[in-house]
Amino acid sequence: MGILVRAIMVPRTFAEKVLSRASGKDARTGDIVTARIDLAMSHENSLLVLTAFREMGAGRIWDPEKVVLLFDHRVPANTVKAAGGHKTVRDFVRSSGIPNFYDFREGVCHQVLPEKGHVLPGMLVVGTDSHTTTYGALGAFSTGIGATEMASVWATGDLWLRVPETLRLVLRGPLPEGTSAKDVSLRIIGDLGSDGADYQCVEYTGPVVDGLSLSGRMVLSNMSVEMGAKAGICFPDRKTLDYVSHRSRAKLAPVTSDQGAELRETVEMDMSSLGPQVAKPHAVDNVVAVEEVAGTPIDQAFIGSCTNGRLEDLEEAERLLRGRQASPKVRLIVAPASRDVYIEASEKGILASLARSGAVILNPGCGPCLGAHEGLLAPGERCISTTNRNFKGRMGSPEAEVYLASPATVAASAIKGEVADPREVRA
Amino acid sequence: MMQGRAWRFGDHINTDLIIPGRYLDDPSPSNLAAHAMEDADPTFPRQVRQGDVIVAGRNFGCGSSREQAPVALKSAGVSAVVAGSFARIFYRNCINVGLPVIICPEAGSMVRTWDVIAIDMSRGEVALASGERLSFAPLPGFLLAILEEGGLVPYTRARLKGR
Ligand code: SF4
Repeated sequence: MGILVRAIMVPRTFAEKVLSRASGKDARTGDIVTARIDLAMSHENSLLVLTAFREMGAGRIWDPEKVVLLFDHRVPANTVKAAGGHKTVRDFVRSSGIPNFYDFREGVCHQVLPEKGHVLPGMLVVGTDSHTTTYGALGAFSTGIGATEMASVWATGDLWLRVPETLRLVLRGPLPEGTSAKDVSLRIIGDLGSDGADYQCVEYTGPVVDGLSLSGRMVLSNMSVEMGAKAGICFPDRKTLDYVSHRSRAKLAPVTSDQGAELRETVEMDMSSLGPQVAKPHAVDNVVAVEEVAGTPIDQAFIGSCTNGRLEDLEEAERLLRGRQASPKVRLIVAPASRDVYIEASEKGILASLARSGAVILNPGCGPCLGAHEGLLAPGERCISTTNRNFKGRMGSPEAEVYLASPATVAASAIKGEVADPREVRA
Repeated sequence: MMQGRAWRFGDHINTDLIIPGRYLDDPSPSNLAAHAMEDADPTFPRQVRQGDVIVAGRNFGCGSSREQAPVALKSAGVSAVVAGSFARIFYRNCINVGLPVIICPEAGSMVRTWDVIAIDMSRGEVALASGERLSFAPLPGFLLAILEEGGLVPYTRARLKGR
């Protein structure tokens, strides 16, 4: 009751509201609280979680229903060691009765969890992956944690969290035709810098966000961690509730920031004249307009990942590539983010069309994004990619270069064999 | 109290530089240690010694949430990381694996590679080679307790036993 009374009197941020509910305390910005976790995700690194969990002497998982495990980073297993890791986790899943386990076939965690209805607005979600911020697109407070602390979550169900300050971005539009959520996100990170939102809960608001599909919002929330954010939220609206209610029967309790809640900062950004953006090597905030790098020769083009491997991304790329060929100098690789995306894209003829244009279609999963297998780069090679990180060594050799861009820009570049402006290729 | 030789690094040292993805299929500490920081400084894995301290600029540990990053540093012998600021997951991971982290922006400009520096975690003080002292905000008590237990595994083990 005490919490309720104060909640009515003092306007509060989204982060304060979710963390108050999860901790059972009136949590204010800057407080450190012990919060009950609603959903805990791990991929291949559940092997590390499991090791720590056993070392802690923990017997049972606090609530197996709240744990989701899956494999996406090295699927199908690319080394004997990876296969062994998968096996150990599979055995554990069987013996511990975790009901929500997606084996190697389902796709990238950050697409699979929303798609299968695990993520709901207002939830507190943690995952052993930095891009767990993706679920903010559905209005969940969602953030990445390490494997050892996940083991402690498995054992106890709770975790200490500092209630973050809030940085609100108001994105003014309308977005020009052909400019995508990825371009918006790269521009924001280019402007704010790779630690420009350190520890903050970023709230994406304004007409640009309202106009984006859930897929587009997932790009914004996904990329939030590339400027250091703890969470990246798009407040639930009709589209969110539609998306979720098609996938879950749970009762929804959407949360938004109160009018007048105390924010660290509100930044208005005008996106109405934004064109395609590219992040140059080796930093995500090294962002320029595509014109500045157009003509740079490339060896590989990748469309996929938890950032841009969704149906609308593949459709966008296919629209540019349809009836055309990828340059013979370029290896064009496409990895649908999930099995559902794969099936839908395949039924719509998109995969066949991309293959006709010269693309190699990979199984759903992370693919070349993390430089572990499938499409590694040789020294001196250059790749343009729809992924989220272009760090040195990220996709193979430390002497290779990675440029980040939207699906349209990557598709246009694949056709020309060099970084290219999709507006020119489209015309 | 810790004392060690400093290794200087710049801003935005990400976890792909600390331990590249290509080595992650073998999580053994010896494998991780053998490749720690090699993309940032190829001499690091060969020359690092037990007790050495990393002194870096802003946003140390940004990027992937891989806990193998602090494990790689710790297994290589690093006794603490001092930086202007840290990316949040890396910061948590360090405490959870028992690797002390210190936020001290001044250290970056005042410490050079091979300087021997001393760190007092509970007082919040870095003693430089010159004898000068820099202060930093000590960690909250419960985080110091996790570090003192040697990380979150022994800490939680004790907590579960106490239930
Ligand atoms: S697609 Fe890339 S960024 Fe996304 S979870 Fe997989 S490895 Fe990480």
